Amino acid sequence: MRPKPVPIANADTRPFWEACNRNELIYQHCLSCGKAQFYPRALCAVCGAGTLEWRISKGLGTVHTFTINYRPPDDTFASDVPYIISLVDMDEGFRMMLNIQECPPEAVRIGMRIRVIFESREGQKIPQGTPSTKIYSSKTKSFPSQKG
Amino acid sequence: MVQRAVISGIYATPAGKLPGSTCMSLHAQAALGALVDAGLSLDDVDGVLCAYSFTEPHQMLSSIFAEYIGLQPNYSASISAGGATACLMVMTAKALVENGTCRHILLATGDNRLTGMPPGGAVAALAHFGHRQFEVPYGMTVPACYALVAQRYMHEYGLTRDQLSAVSVTQRRQAGLHPGAQFKNPITVEEVSTSRLIASPLRLLDCAPVSDGGAAVLVSAAEEVAQGSRAVPILGAGQKHTHEHIMAAPSLTRFGCRQSSATAFEQAGVTPQEIDVAEIYDSFTITLLVELESIGFFPKGQAGQAAASGELGLGGRLPCNTHGGLLSYGHPGPAGGMYHIVEAVTQLRGEAAGRQVKDARLAFVHGDGGILSAHCSLVLGK
Repeated sequence: MRPKPVPIANADTRPFWEACNRNELIYQHCLSCGKAQFYPRALCAVCGAGTLEWRISKGLGTVHTFTINYRPPDDTFASDVPYIISLVDMDEGFRMMLNIQECPPEAVRIGMRIRVIFESREGQKIPQGTPSTKIYSSKTKSFPSQKG
Repeated sequence: MVQRAVISGIYATPAGKLPGSTCMSLHAQAALGALVDAGLSLDDVDGVLCAYSFTEPHQMLSSIFAEYIGLQPNYSASISAGGATACLMVMTAKALVENGTCRHILLATGDNRLTGMPPGGAVAALAHFGHRQFEVPYGMTVPACYALVAQRYMHEYGLTRDQLSAVSVTQRRQAGLHPGAQFKNPITVEEVSTSRLIASPLRLLDCAPVSDGGAAVLVSAAEEVAQGSRAVPILGAGQKHTHEHIMAAPSLTRFGCRQSSATAFEQAGVTPQEIDVAEIYDSFTITLLVELESIGFFPKGQAGQAAASGELGLGGRLPCNTHGGLLSYGHPGPAGGMYHIVEAVTQLRGEAAGRQVKDARLAFVHGDGGILSAHCSLVLGK
């Protein structure tokens, strides 16, 4: 089966994707206007300055909105349905699209706290979200914690 | 003196499965239909605008079309702005007429994306609207992105499931009055609210279908059109672009249609309250409701209630998408947006038969492209 899409870095985004492979979520901070920026660009989209520095995010954020997706774009996501797609507002002031993993679809809520984890795809790690507090599905017969 | 621009000819093919059609044959059928409607011929045309195609993708679609139909225009360009494209074509043609570049511009759209692509092909192609590095890897689809808007909208304004469904029900009823519509059988709120989940909270009957179809309009200089013709003046046009990717949208509840429509209304010298009929992009039920509120037809949080109480139907306060819209007439890509324009002109000419809005004198048309990203508004009227 074809693999899921893997991001292909360019000059704007290479530091970001290299950081992901070190399990670090980084974002751009504008030294001129002080705004956080995501996705990475060659300049600040707020003030136009080129004075961007990379900072490491704590990887914590809040669900701004979400959808539980039942109709995949193609067969590479077919075995995942239903899966959660969310826009997450990171505490440092930028917004990302993430899947919310290790979370039963019925448990996701606007305002839910999220921490970033990394999923490996074909040698590239990509950021994903998971509830910052572990949620156990009512459909799970035994709590995973019982396994140690 | 600024030359006024009018829509002098219109044509819409039926939507749905059109076996034997091609992207270009649909362009040609619609274009020739619009010329016949205007009482003109290909020899009168000096400009051509086209949009884009999934089944015959090409960077120079307007050149392909002109070659296909045997035209050597003085002006030719292709415009690609998703669902805003058809309105954008009219706005561009208006400017080309007003500045004297063209006298008669043919705006042709069409695609056979239902019969001309493998099943699921259009859905996969549409997913490419997403950011290649920061959205597509998350399995996003266009319905999922609009679902992100719907979820937030329900959270902030208390929009309900059945209010969304009412949009589909009303438009299906109106499609039943148009012989060209893809879906004419009536549906109920319960059927919409229990149809298959696509991307929560959106269900199958919240989503526009994939269709074959074509539509064209001819935009002319007013002085080129015979006295007493049925031509409809383009009174105002406006655009606003705030983002492309949903992750970069400045807001999930306020969109650029507010500014694009304000520009169009101001240019036309009218207010939203004076509009008799509105043809507003409805790729999903949520699309129509958020745009109605952003544009100012209804206060924030009240468009859903208006839909549920029948105010968006024939005889209601603001009849919307009187041909059935993308949801029920059909959605062949850029031609879907052009259907809205053709319907608005049909209403203003008083030729909409059983779905005619009484004494329709002013129409508003709106297209949005991307994920409520690119907005173009038109005011048409007598």
